Amino acid sequence: MFAKELARGLWTTLRMMFEKPVTVQYPEEKRPVHTRFKGRHQLHRYENGLEKCIGCALCAAACPADAIFVESSENTDELRFSPGERYASTYEINMLRCIFCGYCEDACPTEAIVLGDNYELSFTDRRQAIYGKELLMVPVPEGGSTTPQKVEPGTFDRSIPEMEDPKD
Amino acid sequence: MEAALIWEYVIKSVIILLGMTLGFAYLTLFERRVLARIQMRIGPNRAGPQGILQPIADAVKLIFKEELIPTKADKLLFILAPVITVFPALVITAVIPWGRQVMIFGREVNLYLANVNIGAVYITAIASIAVYGIVLAGWSSNNKYALMGGLRSSAQMISYELTMGLSFVGPIVLAGSMSLVNIVERQGDLGFLRWNLMQPLGFILFLIASIAEVNRAPFDMPEAEQELTAGYHVEYSGMKFALFFMAEYIKMIAVSMIGATLFMGGYLGPNLSWIPGIGDKLNAIINYAWWGPVWLFIKTVFLLFILVWVRATFPRFRYDRLMAFGWKVLLPIALLNVLIVAVSVVLVGG
Repeated sequence: MFAKELARGLWTTLRMMFEKPVTVQYPEEKRPVHTRFKGRHQLHRYENGLEKCIGCALCAAACPADAIFVESSENTDELRFSPGERYASTYEINMLRCIFCGYCEDACPTEAIVLGDNYELSFTDRRQAIYGKELLMVPVPEGGSTTPQKVEPGTFDRSIPEMEDPKD
Repeated sequence: MEAALIWEYVIKSVIILLGMTLGFAYLTLFERRVLARIQMRIGPNRAGPQGILQPIADAVKLIFKEELIPTKADKLLFILAPVITVFPALVITAVIPWGRQVMIFGREVNLYLANVNIGAVYITAIASIAVYGIVLAGWSSNNKYALMGGLRSSAQMISYELTMGLSFVGPIVLAGSMSLVNIVERQGDLGFLRWNLMQPLGFILFLIASIAEVNRAPFDMPEAEQELTAGYHVEYSGMKFALFFMAEYIKMIAVSMIGATLFMGGYLGPNLSWIPGIGDKLNAIINYAWWGPVWLFIKTVFLLFILVWVRATFPRFRYDRLMAFGWKVLLPIALLNVLIVAVSVVLVGG
């Protein structure tokens, strides 16, 4: 009876040897993140390449960890970064302070800042932890051109984006 | 003694020592991979293809670790204890044959280091010395957990040595000799497929006792992590710790080789003479002298797999039950086994 139980235990472990391992081989194999996953921030652009961010610094105000620093400058029709009067000339997020709460995303009036899917943040010194605009800004979409753009006067005077509720 | 013979002994000793050390390195990898598969993981597979360089990485890590000696430790014994533990583990395999005679450069060479006529006694004697290292390590650390681990290991190893020694008696009586070479050769005549499976009881007793003897789960009382943190080697670090580790794994290899030699026909391949026509030819091919080490290797790996498999399956014994099991269950069964074997040998005539 005792021996039978021992044999049963041994059989169970032996059977498990032929099961497929559950390990995810991380750097080669990545598990997909959930929808609405809060990863690294991205600053988005319109289709024509203009930046959505208008430098209002509401994200910085909403940030509970005080991780965001925004400095804004004036747009002109010759050097236009974003629709409307102003754009963020400096946009920095300190990734050591950020708690990935997503309040900046909620506060943004133009849906410029969105927490993306990237969770592989690493740096070897504290200075590298401060992500500047060049890291956060998404690439220029197909058909758009990079900022600053030279535009017809009067075409991008105001920034009133079409906003909608999240679908996922 | 002629010079060539001395060189032969030296070379064979070096081969055994290097083989055991290399075996230890790759046994750790083997164990980790097998345990991982049993737990539905993959195990170390990053250092080199399939983790083949993992033992080297581990060794480099351990060499560069800081070695601590507790202030109130007995320094001499503290340093000596790992050495005393490794030494018997390495020398125990000297009497185990890995094959018959082969011709190397026109010289007949026996594929064993020493054909001692009391090989089995030598094994039990050396196995008993192994306990000293552990006890001394526990005592010299000046740590209550280490001392407890050392005490437990001495009690456990003495108890299970009896069973192990008695389980040796079966093959010895059947072969009528204590020389391991004679025992293996005799199994060629006796056993089914040349593997002496005539003693299933003795083999199981040997397996249980040898697991206890090398302090492996489920008998890893001396190093019970949950109660004794790490038992006798709690104060050891760096290469000294690695030596204890090495001793444990080399002892695993040694008991597997002993088990293969005494109970599974050692270096002999299966006897295929029952196949009509080609049986004798196959026998000649299979037992070609150079295949001896290969057969021994296969059997040893099989027994090592059983050791790992048992570790992956069973939880640790409680200490009092361990002692009760050793003295009240295993010892009487071992004595009964000796009686049965002896009586049947007298009746049948060996």
